[in-house]
Amino acid sequence: MSEARAPKIVEIDSHAINFGPQHPAAHGVLRLVLEMDGEVIERADPHIGLLHRGTEKLIEYKTYMQAVPYFDRLDYVSPMCEEQAFALAVEKLLAIEAPERGKWIRTLFAEITRILNHLLNLTTYALDVGAVTPPFWGFEEREKLLEFHEAASGARFHANYFRPGGVAKDLPAGLEERIAAWAEAYPKFIDDFEELLTSNRIWKQRTIDIGAVSAEDALAWGFSGPCLRASGVAWDLRRSQPYDMYDRVEFDVPVGHNGDCYDRYLVRVAEMRESVKIIRQCLAQMKPGPVKVRDHKFTPPPRAEMKRSMEALIHHFKLYTEGYHVPAGATYTVVESPKGEFGVYLVADGTNKPYRCKIRATGFAHLQAIDMMARQHMLADAVAIIGSLDVVFGEIDR
Amino acid sequence: MSVPDVLAREIMALPGVAGVAVEKGEVVAHAQRDALIPLMMTLRDDPRFACEQLMDLCGVDFPARPERFEVVYNLLSVSRNHRVRVIVATDEAALVPSVSAIWPAATWWEREAWDLFGILFSGQPDHRRILTDYGFDGHPLRKDFPLTGYVEVRYDEERKAVVYEPVHLTQEFRSFDFISPWEGITTLPGDEKAHAARAGARKGAEG
Repeated sequence: MSEARAPKIVEIDSHAINFGPQHPAAHGVLRLVLEMDGEVIERADPHIGLLHRGTEKLIEYKTYMQAVPYFDRLDYVSPMCEEQAFALAVEKLLAIEAPERGKWIRTLFAEITRILNHLLNLTTYALDVGAVTPPFWGFEEREKLLEFHEAASGARFHANYFRPGGVAKDLPAGLEERIAAWAEAYPKFIDDFEELLTSNRIWKQRTIDIGAVSAEDALAWGFSGPCLRASGVAWDLRRSQPYDMYDRVEFDVPVGHNGDCYDRYLVRVAEMRESVKIIRQCLAQMKPGPVKVRDHKFTPPPRAEMKRSMEALIHHFKLYTEGYHVPAGATYTVVESPKGEFGVYLVADGTNKPYRCKIRATGFAHLQAIDMMARQHMLADAVAIIGSLDVVFGEIDR
Repeated sequence: MSVPDVLAREIMALPGVAGVAVEKGEVVAHAQRDALIPLMMTLRDDPRFACEQLMDLCGVDFPARPERFEVVYNLLSVSRNHRVRVIVATDEAALVPSVSAIWPAATWWEREAWDLFGILFSGQPDHRRILTDYGFDGHPLRKDFPLTGYVEVRYDEERKAVVYEPVHLTQEFRSFDFISPWEGITTLPGDEKAHAARAGARKGAEG
């Protein structure tokens, strides 16, 4: 080849492709319109709303108690943490406080839910990137945890267990021992799981330096939870603005360094280890006692009492037809859900139905930043980025 | 003085703030629409407030008010560990200055507020709808928008396409009034005469 030959210029139009909404790596119904230059992403435009069910509008037409199950159906892989935000918001407006055991149970199950969520995210994230074994192992562990969900609430996913004023009912006999036995065995699973991925060459090639977000960017784009901590911001609502019993347990806040897909993975793995610690402390400190407020204006009276007491029967009837009236006011109450800050902006007008219930979906902010994260990456990296963000469309689309 | 009280007093001194209150330990500031951008810049950049994050932005509809919408901004300071809520009022026509240049996270939330309430933002580069269907008409979270909506979709076998049709309810929409169930019936059927006499007697006693 002679050096004198002029370089050949080929013009390629960037063209748009549709990623999803039926793509298995889109984690649900994400329609991602990608403008490509060859295999390089020039712009990513997520189209959301394909799972929009009008949850916020529906809640305005339901009593406060009827609104709780809607929260299970938002982020359906971490249902109890969503309920917790709503329960805490209503409790704040009603100026009631759940009894100690109720709060311990909520803390315990919030952490079980966190492990459930991280297991699903990390394993399917690995699957998207090409590792098939993690989901097989992880889903077996998930099944054990879902049995605890089922034992406590009667349902594997849509628990409707955390209620304003406490939890629906006490744990069945023997469940605490079963959870304790599981918590002993679980760290071994995390070690095995890490052996599959943490030092895996392919995994590292696919995730390190992919979708890196600086701490400034993460803050400006409204990141929270593991995605924010992976960028090096040590911020955890359980630590800095504790609710329920988080001020009575000790745990570390794992923080990443580079804010890339690999760090987000590492932070979640480390969080599972911390969750096990919290679960053990909850079990050690829990004492028998009431699990919901005794005031039957807010929680149903026991069945046996209703057979004898007219007062209890009236309370039950009023609670399940009219519900309770919440004094006028507004609150923005947040919890550290497995995905990050999950908030409820609840406006009450003194009636038995919420006037406005805005749900601050965690993944909404994370998904929005995908354009910033995926630019100048390869198409296959978009899959790793979506996996590392832990998006669930029940929550984002509401 | 507690931390929220101190924070509230410092925000009260800022220009463009119409009022500050501490409700249930949460700092709530009502701001003037025109002065929103400088106020938000101060809240983000002043080290006393240092609200690095806009965690949430949403609309609330109060149809009875002259300016029917509230736009609610929930700010969070990670470094100082406090939250500030800023509220501005607006209506269907007035423009709210967009804060997307201050916090890029605001873009989608402002799109959402436009989509669900019809709140307009000036300076928002991306003003598309976000949650509702392509080509949707109306703003569903307004209080005057019916819960059942106006159109429904189904797959038409003959036309081999998804078609939009007016909502047809097979059962009447049941909106129960639970606010005052026991005061619903004041006069029993057939008892109107006695009721009128009682009401007359009571009126006489008062007069």
